[in-house]
Amino acid sequence: MLGALTVLLVFQLVGEAVAHGLDLPVPGPVIGFALLFLALLARSGVPDDLRDTATGLLRHLSLLFVPAGVGVMVHLSRLREEWLPISVALLVSTVLTIACTALAMRWLIRVFSKKTAP
Amino acid sequence: MTPKLADIWVYLAATPLLGLTVTLLVYQGAYWIYQRLNFHPLLNPVALSVAALVLILMLTGTPYQTYFDGAQFVHFLLGPATVALAIPLYAQFDKLKRAFVPLLGALLIGSVTAIISAVGIAWLLGASKTTLISISPKSVTAPIAMGIVEKIGGLPSLTAVLVVSTGILGAALAKYVLDFLQITDHSVRGFSVGVAAHGIGTARAFQVSEEAGAFSGLAMGLNGLATALLFPLLVWLLRVF
Repeated sequence: MLGALTVLLVFQLVGEAVAHGLDLPVPGPVIGFALLFLALLARSGVPDDLRDTATGLLRHLSLLFVPAGVGVMVHLSRLREEWLPISVALLVSTVLTIACTALAMRWLIRVFSKKTAP
Repeated sequence: MTPKLADIWVYLAATPLLGLTVTLLVYQGAYWIYQRLNFHPLLNPVALSVAALVLILMLTGTPYQTYFDGAQFVHFLLGPATVALAIPLYAQFDKLKRAFVPLLGALLIGSVTAIISAVGIAWLLGASKTTLISISPKSVTAPIAMGIVEKIGGLPSLTAVLVVSTGILGAALAKYVLDFLQITDHSVRGFSVGVAAHGIGTARAFQVSEEAGAFSGLAMGLNGLATALLFPLLVWLLRVF
C-alpha cells in the first residue's frame, strides 16, 4: 500500500510540475492521471498492490468532497439572495447534460458500429 | 459545561484532529444510512454528511476555516484519487478503443451543454455576474473548476460549493433521467454521469458497476481537460461579441 500510494503521489507531483512548468490550464492531478494511464499502457498491466490501493481510495471517493461541500456555510447569504437562479440552473443544466451526453453517445455508437460492421 | 469541560473543548476545537475525526465519523454514519436503505440515489452520502456537518459547526459556533484545518487532510486525497482513476480506466481500455469517436463526440456535446445551459439559465433568472462566472464550470471536478474560476474572476470557494451541489444532483437524478431515456448500456450511463457530475457522479457509478464507474471516471477526466481547454476559447468569444 505504501509503495502504491507513493506511485500515485509521484505521478501527481510530476503532473503538477508539468502543469506549472508549461503553464497549462489543466490541474496537476489530471495530468498525473493521463501520465499514469500512459505508463500502464506502456507496461501493459496493473501491479496488484496499485490496483488494491486505487480500489480502496476510489471506494470512498465521495468522502473526499465533503470538506469542500461544507464550505456552503460561508456562502449562505449569497445563496439566500440568489437561490432561484442557482438552484434552477444547477438542476436543469445537470439533467440536460446527462441527457444530451447519453443520447449523443448512444447515437454515435449506433452510427459507428453500422459503419464498421461488414 | 463545567469550566474543566469547557477547557477541554477549547483545546480540542483548535486542533486539526477534531475536524478530521468528525468528518470521518459523520461520513461513516451517512454511509451507513445510505447502505441500510439499499443505496437509494436520493440519499447521497455527501449531501447527508455536508448537511450534518454544517449543522454541527453552526451549533458549536465553529468557523469553517477552523474545521477545514482538520478536514484538509481528507480534501488533500482528491489529488491522488484523481490520479488513481487511471487504473479502472486501464481495465476498460479495449472498450474505450472501440468507442473512441462516440466518446469524444459525446464529451464535446456534454461539455458545451453543461457550461452554456448553466450560465444561460442563471442569467435569464437574474443571477449576479460573480455567480454567473462561478457557476460556469459546475460540472467539472472541483480542483479544475476552482482553477478556471480563479483565472476569470469568480469566487473559487463558491465554485467548490456549486460543483459539489451539481455532483450530488447528478448522482441523485441520473438513474431517473437515464431510465426515462431507456439507456441501458453501462458504459453510456457511466460516461454521461461523469461528464455532468464529475467525481461524486463517479463515486455513485462505482456503486452501481465497475464498468459504469470506469467510464464515469474517464468522462470526469476528459471533461476536466476539455473544459480547461474550451474555457479560454469561450471567454475569448464572449469578448469578441
